[in-house]
Amino acid sequence: MNRLIMTTALVAAGAMPAFAQEVSDNVVKIGILNDQSGVYADFGGKASYEAALMAVEDFGGTVLGQPIEVVTADHQNKADIASNIARQWYDTEQVDAIMELTTSSVALAVQALSKDADKITITTGAATTELTGAQCAPNSFHWAYDTHALAVGTGGALVDQGGDTWFFLTADYAFGYSLEEQTTEFVESKGGTVVGSVRHPLTNPDFSSFLLQAQASGAKVIGLANAGLDTQNAIKQAAEFGIVQGGQRLAALLFTLAEVNGLGLEAAQGLSLTESFYWNRDEASAEFGNRFMERTGVMPNMVQAGTYSAVLQYLKAVDAAGTDATEAVSAKLHEMPVDDVFAQGGTVGANGRLYKDVYLMEVKKPGDSDIPWDYYNVLQTIPGDQAYISPEDSGCPLVNG
Amino acid sequence: MTTIFGYPLVVWMGQLLLGLINGSFYAMLSLGLAVIFGLLRVINFAHGALYMLGAFVALLMATHLGINYWFALVLAPLVVAAGGAVVERTMLSRLYKLDPLYGLLFTFGLALLIEGTFRYFFGASGQPYAVPGALAGGMNLGFMFLPIYRGWVIVASLVVCLAVWLLIEKTKLGSYLRASTEDPVLVQSFGVNVPLLLTLTYALGAGLAGLAGVLAAPIYQVSPLMGTNIIIIVFAVVVVGGMGSILGAIVTGYLLGIAEGLTKVIYPEASNIVIFVIMAIVLILRPAGLFGKDA
Repeated sequence: MNRLIMTTALVAAGAMPAFAQEVSDNVVKIGILNDQSGVYADFGGKASYEAALMAVEDFGGTVLGQPIEVVTADHQNKADIASNIARQWYDTEQVDAIMELTTSSVALAVQALSKDADKITITTGAATTELTGAQCAPNSFHWAYDTHALAVGTGGALVDQGGDTWFFLTADYAFGYSLEEQTTEFVESKGGTVVGSVRHPLTNPDFSSFLLQAQASGAKVIGLANAGLDTQNAIKQAAEFGIVQGGQRLAALLFTLAEVNGLGLEAAQGLSLTESFYWNRDEASAEFGNRFMERTGVMPNMVQAGTYSAVLQYLKAVDAAGTDATEAVSAKLHEMPVDDVFAQGGTVGANGRLYKDVYLMEVKKPGDSDIPWDYYNVLQTIPGDQAYISPEDSGCPLVNG
Repeated sequence: MTTIFGYPLVVWMGQLLLGLINGSFYAMLSLGLAVIFGLLRVINFAHGALYMLGAFVALLMATHLGINYWFALVLAPLVVAAGGAVVERTMLSRLYKLDPLYGLLFTFGLALLIEGTFRYFFGASGQPYAVPGALAGGMNLGFMFLPIYRGWVIVASLVVCLAVWLLIEKTKLGSYLRASTEDPVLVQSFGVNVPLLLTLTYALGAGLAGLAGVLAAPIYQVSPLMGTNIIIIVFAVVVVGGMGSILGAIVTGYLLGIAEGLTKVIYPEASNIVIFVIMAIVLILRPAGLFGKDA
């Protein structure tokens, strides 16, 4: 018996250096790059970094016998700043993969740069389908959600529930247009019509003019194709103008638990939205949510839970590949199923898209929410293959066929 | 139905009223800026932060001390004004003898500091502040649904603006203030405490910003970013009105609010730049501003 243990120990000890040689610089280093001070600071922010640390701890702190390190930086929603940080991380700080990447412009820039640098990115914070569409990259992945899933969830499902006429309040930049365009497509494919839309400037404090126009249009659903503070102000002021009481429905196309919490249930009640994660959906998610809450003081939204999942899956892939070399890990990421608290039975397409369920939610009334952060009713589960564009239709040049 | 430029008259009337509401905030904020600039020659970049501070003080009073909106309406501006007085006394007053640029840089830094601190503690998405019960709901005016609270904002801001204008233009204290900007040494030799007057002036400007913040709290999300979003517009208002002109700041505030409201009907994409276009035109035609004395 003793001999057996000794042999095992010897084999293990002998094997360790062999594995270690496969890990560059004797450390696996992950960078979490996102907005930590601007409009999306609650959307992902520092809490995403905590999520990454949690994933490392849950994985055991080491992979292939080498330590795992997580670094983080604030890109201030500026693509040039993000690119500089990414370049520095790759060139001088031995970062192996960059994740989170809130804001589409930033994600696209860093993904393009990483393609040239031959490094892995896993985007959880940005929305654009371009990441796994025309601008897809062989070692880049899109994890938590995208504009298509939001459009299918909130747009498609609401039409099914009778909301067949729409009016859009759209943020006047690329993200707003693509969200409006994709949602319109869904609304129309289900037999609904779009009766009008208005484009408002980014970070617009007062929505009353636009809301009056939406009210006058008589549309059953007012779609908010904007994000962050803009959406919050629009919803708060819609309550002031009695829009929901008047029988019109508000649909926030990009709105997460963090923003619902900021707005409060009083103003947010009845709102329809789509997320790919809700902490109080089942036992495992609640357990994760509570652990996350203890560390950060907030419950995770889909970006933060998605970041946890992305880091965990990356480490599993490194482990399975026996190396942190980009190509080998990337191949594992493409082929391994994703099973964790965020995704169950998730698969990754050739375009880098993670296919998993997304959920159409309705925000609860203040009286119906009995525990803190219990904000959603899950109205509908939308399977991943319906929520996301298939690799074949994504327009990604890497997909054959 | 009567139409103007293809839009029904009722649409115009609704937007006119909404413009007036936004104008109320512009007027109150630019009034404070104009008072501070007119009397202290300081370009107060911290004005947006003080406005945000007013909203947050009201919010914190409500959540931690249970102080309701009406008391907060009085107390929060006083707190902000007191804070302003301390800043003026201990720091800003040391910069008067230097180039005005130093005052601008100092207040800009101060604004970043205050906003950064609040962002650290409260996050970027901010928190809601409920409309006070007595002013909840709305009424149908025939051409639009007017939330009662917004009507209250117009009334309150008009009263405040008028009161400040009277204070500075028609009272003895006001005449001291104006005199000490013309010739502080002479006024001081008459036995008037000029440094104290300047402190009071800054406190008044800060208090006005705080009051605007409390009034804004139930309408906008109370967020650390709310000041940054509005401050640039308010500067444009002051420039259009004429730097330092108090009446100019008030009138221009309302006018530009209306101009912005009407733009939101015709061409919404331009609604955030229309004020700057007007500013550019005014600066070309009347460099001293609409109400400014030609320098």
